[in-house]
Amino acid sequence: MADEKQNPEYSAPAIDWESRAYWEGAGRGELVLQRCRDCGVVQHRPRGLCASCLSDDIEHFVASGRGEVYTYSVVRQNQMPAFAKAVPYVVSYVQLEEGPQLLTNIVDCDPDTVTIGMPVKVDFVPTPSKNGDVLGVPRFVPA
Amino acid sequence: MSFSGKIAIAGIHEYESRWAPDKTSFQIMGECTREALTDAGLTLSDVDGLFCASMASDAMMPVQLSEYLNIKPRYLDGSNIGGSSFVSHVAHAAAAIHAGLCDVGLILYGSTAASDAMAIGTGNSGGRDPGAAFNTPYGMTLVSSYAMVAHRHMHEYGTTSEQLADIAVSTRHHASLNPHAKMQNPITRADVLESRVIADPLHLLDCCIISDGGGAVIVTSLERAKDLRQKPVVVRGTGESVAHREIGAPDLTTIAAKQSGEQAFAMAGLSPADMHLATIYDSFTITVLCTLENLGFCKKGEGGAFVENGGIGLGGRLPVNPDGGGLSSNHSGMRGIFLVIEAVRQLRGGLGARQVEGAELAVAHGTGGYLGLMHSGATLILSNS
Repeated sequence: MADEKQNPEYSAPAIDWESRAYWEGAGRGELVLQRCRDCGVVQHRPRGLCASCLSDDIEHFVASGRGEVYTYSVVRQNQMPAFAKAVPYVVSYVQLEEGPQLLTNIVDCDPDTVTIGMPVKVDFVPTPSKNGDVLGVPRFVPA
Repeated sequence: MSFSGKIAIAGIHEYESRWAPDKTSFQIMGECTREALTDAGLTLSDVDGLFCASMASDAMMPVQLSEYLNIKPRYLDGSNIGGSSFVSHVAHAAAAIHAGLCDVGLILYGSTAASDAMAIGTGNSGGRDPGAAFNTPYGMTLVSSYAMVAHRHMHEYGTTSEQLADIAVSTRHHASLNPHAKMQNPITRADVLESRVIADPLHLLDCCIISDGGGAVIVTSLERAKDLRQKPVVVRGTGESVAHREIGAPDLTTIAAKQSGEQAFAMAGLSPADMHLATIYDSFTITVLCTLENLGFCKKGEGGAFVENGGIGLGGRLPVNPDGGGLSSNHSGMRGIFLVIEAVRQLRGGLGARQVEGAELAVAHGTGGYLGLMHSGATLILSNS
């Protein structure tokens, strides 16, 4: 998968304690979101507090991994080496079933066939970190 | 209690060259300071407030610049909210002057973005914010961040690439009338549409240029400005705000300009219909279209019809960026200060072919950051009486 032309190469994400559960979930092949136990809001990106009510009573849960393309762009120029050879590739906000939107790539399809509203599902690339953490990067493919 | 009508812009200068490989950014700012003080009829010893932001050295910028200029201001403001910073600095200077914290505020920007061969816009969205790790794996460039807003706008409202192209065409026409503009050769809609795609749906000519440049703006009380060399340009309204990817389901085409514009027009007691021209941060064509809608010049979704076929050209329903903007005249990394400077120049009058006839009221709006990720907005309403 990772060697397909439109798929950027992923390196291990920089994690901190607020984001560890998310990236470790991706390492297990799970899309992990947060829900506030006080106000019930589902949020992404993960953080130590609820961004709606500032409660720190946050739980993680495994999302369905299904959603649709909210918007996208086919990137045709990026001078960063890892991406320069991947162009053209698709950057997208995916509207998840659970509510939040997520910035990601749409892969395993011709970039010119991506449309707003297109159903997509999550897929994962393992990205082991140097210190042995099993992490991954979620991206999406046509459903 | 508001400072509306009590504060004025008394001096301006835009660095004339767009290519300065033999200068440092501090030198450019020093020269702009000298010229703006001369324009105002003030001297360096009058400056007691300093406002600045930079792409290169965020940390302690007002301290470094004070040392360079050999001044000891009693009010320092290094707020950096992106390219819009300098529009907000006018508001900050007005507030500080109104509160008695300084008398003469100097706003400065300088950059050698072009001669440093900075490739703005087509690298990854790095960032020092805690959320950067959620962006960097995916290769979202600055251009593609704006492009995603454009796609969404097209999807929701039927906006076309042709309409976006017309923004670039009008702006280039204006640049052709500005002897200092970097790109002066006229372009057509077809030229824009046939230029290479950087990030769908934005073409090369939908994107701002990269230049060297700088500018200075001097703000003081209207009372003091009346005794100075230039006819004062009066600060009527200001607003600033931020927009970001809120939790839940955000609306990508509602931008920070909505909130900052409402604040500024309310403070001024004016409406968009009162404006004779606008200077709008045109990092990309879509930025102009979204800003016009969010400031209230037209309804949401009607921006395409507003800008097409010369709607925002000289002689159109609202002349936008008569200097040639960042798309064609001057984009040295952060453009906010030039929005203020061109609005002031237009309100002073006498610009020849690019003068907006009868210009008495102008709005300047800056956008800073990534439109589709997180960005700031700053709005300024000015009058010449």
